[in-house]
Amino acid sequence: MKSWFFSLLVVASLVVLSGCGTGGTSASNQTEEQSPPSAYIQNKGSDTIVNLALAWAERYQQEHPDFRISVTGGGSGTGLAGLINGTVDIANASRKIKEEEIQAAEANGIEPVEYVIARDAIAVIVNPHNPVSQLTMQQISQIYRGELNNWQQLGGEDRPIVRLSRETNSGTHVYFLEEVVRLGSKTDESIFSADTLLLPSSEGIIAEVRDNPNAIGYDGLGYVTSDVKVVAVAREPGGEYILPTAETVNSGAYPIARDLYMYTSANAKPAVKTYLEWILSPEAQQIVTELGFVPIVVDVSQTSGKP
Amino acid sequence: MQSRAIYIYQERVINLIIKLSGYSSILFVTLILLFLAREGLPALSKAEISSLFGTRWYPIEGLYGIWPLLGGTLIVTIGAMLISLPLGIGTAIYISEVAPPWVNNLLKPLIEVLAGLPSVVLGFLGIQVLAPFLRPFLNLPTGLTAFTGSVLLAMISIPTIVSIAEDAFNTVPPSYRQAALALGATRWQTIWGITLPAARSGVLTALMLGVGRAIGETMAVMMVTGNAPVLPQGLNALFMPVRTMTATIASEMGEVATGSPHYHVLFFIGVVLFVLSLGVNIAASSVSMKTRKRSERVLS
Repeated sequence: MKSWFFSLLVVASLVVLSGCGTGGTSASNQTEEQSPPSAYIQNKGSDTIVNLALAWAERYQQEHPDFRISVTGGGSGTGLAGLINGTVDIANASRKIKEEEIQAAEANGIEPVEYVIARDAIAVIVNPHNPVSQLTMQQISQIYRGELNNWQQLGGEDRPIVRLSRETNSGTHVYFLEEVVRLGSKTDESIFSADTLLLPSSEGIIAEVRDNPNAIGYDGLGYVTSDVKVVAVAREPGGEYILPTAETVNSGAYPIARDLYMYTSANAKPAVKTYLEWILSPEAQQIVTELGFVPIVVDVSQTSGKP
Repeated sequence: MQSRAIYIYQERVINLIIKLSGYSSILFVTLILLFLAREGLPALSKAEISSLFGTRWYPIEGLYGIWPLLGGTLIVTIGAMLISLPLGIGTAIYISEVAPPWVNNLLKPLIEVLAGLPSVVLGFLGIQVLAPFLRPFLNLPTGLTAFTGSVLLAMISIPTIVSIAEDAFNTVPPSYRQAALALGATRWQTIWGITLPAARSGVLTALMLGVGRAIGETMAVMMVTGNAPVLPQGLNALFMPVRTMTATIASEMGEVATGSPHYHVLFFIGVVLFVLSLGVNIAASSVSMKTRKRSERVLS
């Protein structure tokens, strides 16, 4: 459902985009009609990244009118499946490629190359009227497992805790389950408490946290608005409580952050590599900040990506 | 002579087309049922049966308990009927028995508008207005509850109930009411004692179709019920978050891998929904037929 919405959104914005193109730069458009674009890049995958990828594609096409970049969502798995089948040039993923996906790709003669293109911090949010403003990872885990059920147990008011989460098909949900609820333990089998509200959109979580002083939720830092309170998180009990910012995410101090990836084939066409190098440039990383994600520290030795 | 042959020919062709469109609905329902069964029944072998009839729905860990979803759908639907039945029947009685014509001219189009409202718009109202209002008003932990969904579903099913119940009241012969009034019954006694019982079958049909309308609704429910797969226990579950079958299918079908156990289980939920609404429809038609026979007996 969600991916369907996103695809529609993307298609709609592409239509708008192309409309703007014809209106604004009619001269360059005429030359395009005569000669086909020199490069066409198919970019598909994670819904978390889709807005960012779209913003990049938009900016890059403005600067390089002979480039055509098509961006679609559908989920990390969808994008990687496309890369494996050879129908997608760049796959967006909010998780690392799985071992079996690498094997499947290699069976098709494609060697996936990984690029870390941005970071996404997941902010834990509560209502501004909630006096609780810092939690440890263990406490967040216990809240979502259903072991802590009243804010009083956490030094807050005598109120029931209402847990909010994204739907189970969201990559963010899976990340939160593995890294927060299970605290990164592979053997831990615990899952979200059954009465966790599973909301279909990030906006739904923000709206409920804004209105409900009982609620706790999590969301990508880019989606968090100023009318909810971001909780400072400590990795260990007694550790330092840290708010998610670009600095704390990049230094690794903030514990709930993940890398966002783009995958391409090792023998991709040169245009794809040029585009990915541009994405890692300071200019493109500026867009990352504008969209509320965390830019990567551009390290010269790493720009070529690691396999 | 020749023109007559053409007419006969035309008649046959038109007859055939009408016949085909009549049969086509049977064909469509059969095809849908076959498709649902083909995709849904493998769930019984692919997913563990114990998990399928367990009490926890968490598909990414292979927990496919559908009881919480079934319970969620039932409790939201029952709640919706508790609200919409008195309101809908009341409105129908008012329109057909009490209201002056100019009020009817105003009311009927308004109800049509309510029927035409896209449910996602109602969902929006629910999430922005109703849920934030209900939480402090009823002192609940959260406003995203089965009850919030029920209120929206009631709004969605009221137009159906009103129009069918109103038709039922209109088919009650005026002589019944005249006789009651002539015998000295008050207006209320006439409505309660004569018109309503006489229109009983239509009212029951209205209820059943209202249930059918509510049970399959997705969008509005998904937006306001919180979607927590909690197994409802007792009546207070009406004021707690629930997850309905329709919302589960809608939110999970998009990202599920074709052929996986999760995929088949979602279709299995579709089969359950199909059977439920089929049951409701069969109940509706059997009720109306049975009562017709009885009224025929009375009249003869």
